[in-house]
Amino acid sequence: MRHLLSISDLDKNQALSILDTALELARISDAPVKKLPTLRGRTIVNLFYEDSTRTRISFEAAAKRLSADVINFSAKDSSVSKGESLKDTAQTLQAMGADAVIIRHSASGAPRWLADSEWISGSVINAGDGTHEHPTQALLDAFTIRKHLGSSTGDLQGLHIGIVGDILHSRVARSNVLLLSLLGAQVSLIAPPTLLPVGVESWPAKISYDFDSVLPHLDAVMMLRVQQERMQDLFFPTAREYSHFFGLNRDRMALMKKSAIIMHPGPMNRGLEITAECADSARSVIVEQVANGVSVRMAVLYLLLAGSTQEQGVLQ
Amino acid sequence: MKNAYLLSGGTLADGKRADVFIADGVIVEVADVLKHPEVALAKKIDVTGCKVLPGLVDLHTHLREPGREESETVLSASRAAAKGGYTAVSAMANTFPVADTAGVVEQVYRLGQSAGICDVFPIGAVTQGLAGKQLAELGAMAQSSARVRIFSDDGNCVFDPMVMRRALEYVKQFDGVIAQHAQEPTLTQGSQMNEGVVSSKLGLKGWPAVAEEAIIARDVLLADHVKSRLHVCHVTTAGGVEIIRWAKARGINVSAEVTPHHLLLTDEMAQTYNPVFKVNPPLRTQGDVEALREGLADGTIDIVATDHAPHPAEDKECEWQNAAFGMIGLESALSIVQKTMIDSSLMTWETLVERMSIAPARIAGYFDHGRAIAAGVSAHITVIDPSRNWRVDRDLVASRSKNTPFHGMDLPGCVVATFFRGIPTVVDSKLVRLSGSGSE
Amino acid sequence: MSVAMPAVDISRALTRIAHEILERNGGAQSITLLGIPTRGAHLARRLAQSIATIEGVPTTDIASGTLDITMHRDDLRMRAPRALMPTVIPPAGIQGRHVILVDDVFFSGRTIRAALDALGELGRPKSVQLAVLVDRGHRELPIRADFVGKNLPTSRTQSVKVHLMELDGVDEVIIEEEVQG
Repeated sequence: MRHLLSISDLDKNQALSILDTALELARISDAPVKKLPTLRGRTIVNLFYEDSTRTRISFEAAAKRLSADVINFSAKDSSVSKGESLKDTAQTLQAMGADAVIIRHSASGAPRWLADSEWISGSVINAGDGTHEHPTQALLDAFTIRKHLGSSTGDLQGLHIGIVGDILHSRVARSNVLLLSLLGAQVSLIAPPTLLPVGVESWPAKISYDFDSVLPHLDAVMMLRVQQERMQDLFFPTAREYSHFFGLNRDRMALMKKSAIIMHPGPMNRGLEITAECADSARSVIVEQVANGVSVRMAVLYLLLAGSTQEQGVLQ
Repeated sequence: MKNAYLLSGGTLADGKRADVFIADGVIVEVADVLKHPEVALAKKIDVTGCKVLPGLVDLHTHLREPGREESETVLSASRAAAKGGYTAVSAMANTFPVADTAGVVEQVYRLGQSAGICDVFPIGAVTQGLAGKQLAELGAMAQSSARVRIFSDDGNCVFDPMVMRRALEYVKQFDGVIAQHAQEPTLTQGSQMNEGVVSSKLGLKGWPAVAEEAIIARDVLLADHVKSRLHVCHVTTAGGVEIIRWAKARGINVSAEVTPHHLLLTDEMAQTYNPVFKVNPPLRTQGDVEALREGLADGTIDIVATDHAPHPAEDKECEWQNAAFGMIGLESALSIVQKTMIDSSLMTWETLVERMSIAPARIAGYFDHGRAIAAGVSAHITVIDPSRNWRVDRDLVASRSKNTPFHGMDLPGCVVATFFRGIPTVVDSKLVRLSGSGSE
Repeated sequence: MSVAMPAVDISRALTRIAHEILERNGGAQSITLLGIPTRGAHLARRLAQSIATIEGVPTTDIASGTLDITMHRDDLRMRAPRALMPTVIPPAGIQGRHVILVDDVFFSGRTIRAALDALGELGRPKSVQLAVLVDRGHRELPIRADFVGKNLPTSRTQSVKVHLMELDGVDEVIIEEEVQG
C-alpha cells in the first residue's frame, strides 16, 4: 500500500494494525529521548494549501520523531494563478526527492489526483481534501475511542458513536463513518436535514434529527464544527436555533451515559456547537485527541514508508 | 461531369444493397446495378460491408472561434466533424465576443465557408452577452447571410421566465426555435457533479436533477401557452425524458437532444476525480442512462447532438473543482451511438439516420442536409464500417483539444469515408481535405 | 531436520543461566531482565521465575519485561514494514541497573545492536549483559553473549528454530537445511 487517501483504502486488519502500532509508538512520548531512527534520511513534505497549524504540526512532530527530514510548503489555494498549479508544485517536489507528500487541499480529490498522476513517485497521504475525507483524523478518533471504551476483541464492536453537526460539509464525518463502521461500531448521524447530504441513506449509519432522543444511547459523542457562514447559505436560520436543537450543553451532558466521552476534531466554536463547560469537562477527551494524533500519524508514516515497497508486509 | 465518384459494394440504412454514383456535388444514381453511362469514368471507392448514410448533422457544438482559438478553431473543428462523419454542424454562440449580433454570426459563417470541410451554421444568442436579461437582435441575425434559425444561450440558462416567454414568442416571426440549456442557476451554484450517492461520498457539490427538470417543465408549458417551438439541449435525466414525453403527448411543439456521452457514462466515473469526466450537464445515474436510451429509441428524444466542448490541457489537468466543464465528441459520436443503441438492439440504422441526420436537419431548417440517399440530392454522405473496431487515442484526434472521456476505449464502427457536397473529406478513415476555399 | 536441544536440555540450560546471572551480579536486586519479542520475551519470563525460585522470593519481585527492537533494525528498508511488538519496562526501570537482554537465537548480532540502540533511548543502564538460549555463530558485528544455553555450530545454509511450549506447544531447538530454490 503506497498511499493513504481514504479510509476505503484500508480493510479492517490494516486499520487495526495502524491503531496497534500507534499504541506502541505512544510510549515514545513518555521516553526521555523522543526519537526513533526509523525514517532517517527520508524527506517528507507537508504540502498544505489550506491553513491548518494544528494538523501540520502534528504531522511534523510525527515525522521528526521518526528522524525524517520535514519540509513545509504552504501555498494559498490557487485557482486563479496557473503558475501555482498543483502539477507544477508536485513536479518540483519530485525533483527535490520527496519520499512522501502530506497534502491538505480545499479541492475534494486533490490527493487522489496527485497520487494517480505520474508526477510523484513517493507516497501521498491525505491530510484533508475539501469535503471528502480526513483519514488520519478518523484514525486518531478511533484510537481515542478504543483507548477509553475498547473491547477485548480489539475493535469497536458493540459501541454506539454519534456524530453531530454539519455532516454535509465534513470530511471528518465521511472518514469517521467509514472507519467506525469498519471497526464494528454503530454510527448515528445527528443534524438538521439541510446539513445531511442527498445520498446519506446509502452510508453505513443511522440518521436522526433528534439529538435528545439519541444522546442517552451513545458511548461517544463527536461534535463537529459548524461555521457561521452556513447561515448565509440558508442551512439554518440562526445560531441560536442551531445551538438549541443540536448544541452540546450542560443539560444535554446530563443525559449522557456515565461512561460516555465527548470528542471534537477542532477547532471548536465554543458556544455554537459546544459550550465551554462541556469542552472542558472530565468527559471531554478533546485535548487527548490531539496527542493521540501524533502517535497515529507516526504509525501511518512508519507503515507506509519504513519498509521496501517490493514485499508483502503488515499493510499489504 | 466533374468530381465523379462511385461508392461500390455498400448497403443503405434500410439494409438494401446499393452502389452510389456521385458527380458535380450531387448524387446522380443509386441502384444495386448502376446504369449511368459515365459511371465507368468515376473514381471507384470500395465500400463493401459498409453502410452508406446521409451525412450527419450536429446541432450542438462549440467551435470556440472567435476568442478561444487555443482550444479549437472553426477549421480544426470542421476536420474533427468530417472524421466523425458530419457534414453540417451548428456552432453555439458562447464565443468571445458572444455571437449576439449579425456581425459575429456572419464572421463564423464565413470561417466555415473558407474552411470548406463541412457546413457551419452559427447559432445566435437569445440574450445580449448571454446575460439572460435583454433579448439579442434575433431578427437581424435571422436576416443575415448566416440565416440563423436556432437561438441559444447554451453555457447559460435563459432562467428568467419572462425573458424565455418573450424569446419564444419573438422567434415565431421567422420560424426560429429557442434551444434551452436547462439549468436553474440558484440550485446549481458551485455544483460539480450529479447530486446523489456518489457525490455524497466524494465530497463534491451536487447538481440535482430537478435543476434541469424544473426548467424543462416550465419551458414546455410556456411554449404551449405562446404556441411556439422549443428545443431542449442535452437532456440527461429520466425525469426530463418523462416530461418531454408528456409534453409531446399533449401536442406541444418540443424537440429534444441527447449527447453520446450521456448514453454511455454515469456519475461513477467521477470516483477517479479525473476532470475529463466533468461536464455540464453532469453525468447521471445508470437509471438515467437507460431512460435516455429508451427515449432516443422511441423518439421522445429526437436527435443526438454531441455538445462538442474542447478545452486546453491547463483547464483539465488540475483539481476537479478548478477544471472546466466539457468533453469533445465529434469524432466518437457515431461509434458511441452504434455501441449503445444499435449493438444493443434498441435501434436500427434507419432510426439512427433519422436521429443523427434527418431530424436535426429538419429541426434546424438545413434543407440541403438530412436527405435520404437518393438521386438528385446534394451528396452529403457518411460511410461507416460497423464491423471494424477502433481505439480512441486522444493524441490522434483532429480536434485541437484532447479532452475525450473515451481515451483508451475500443469502440465499434469506423467512419471510412465522408463526402461533403460531393467532395471527399475523409477517405480510408483519414482526412483528405485539410481545408478548402468555399465551394468548388 | 534434527533436534539440537530437546525439552530437558532447554530446561537445564535455563536453570544454569539463572544461576550464572545471580552469581555474576551478586543477587537479583539490581537486575532487569528484558526479553526481545517474541520468544526472547517468553524466555525472559521463565528466567525471572527460575531466579525467583532460587532466591526464594515471589516472581513479582524480579524486574522483568520486554524490549521491541523493530524500529531500530538496520534492515528496515529491505523489507516491508513489520508490526510492532510490545515494549514493557518494569517499574524498577533500567536507569542505573544491570539490564540482561534475553533472546532465543544469537546469530549475526544485528538484533542485539538494535536492542542496544533502543535501550539507549530509554535511559542509561549500569551495564548491559546478554543471555541467549542458542549461539549459532556467524557474527557480523563485534558483539558477544555473556550467558549461553548451548553453542551450536551451524553452516550458513542451515536455519535454527526455537520452539517453546507457550507458543508452539513443545520445547525444542531444531536445525533445518534451507531448501535450495
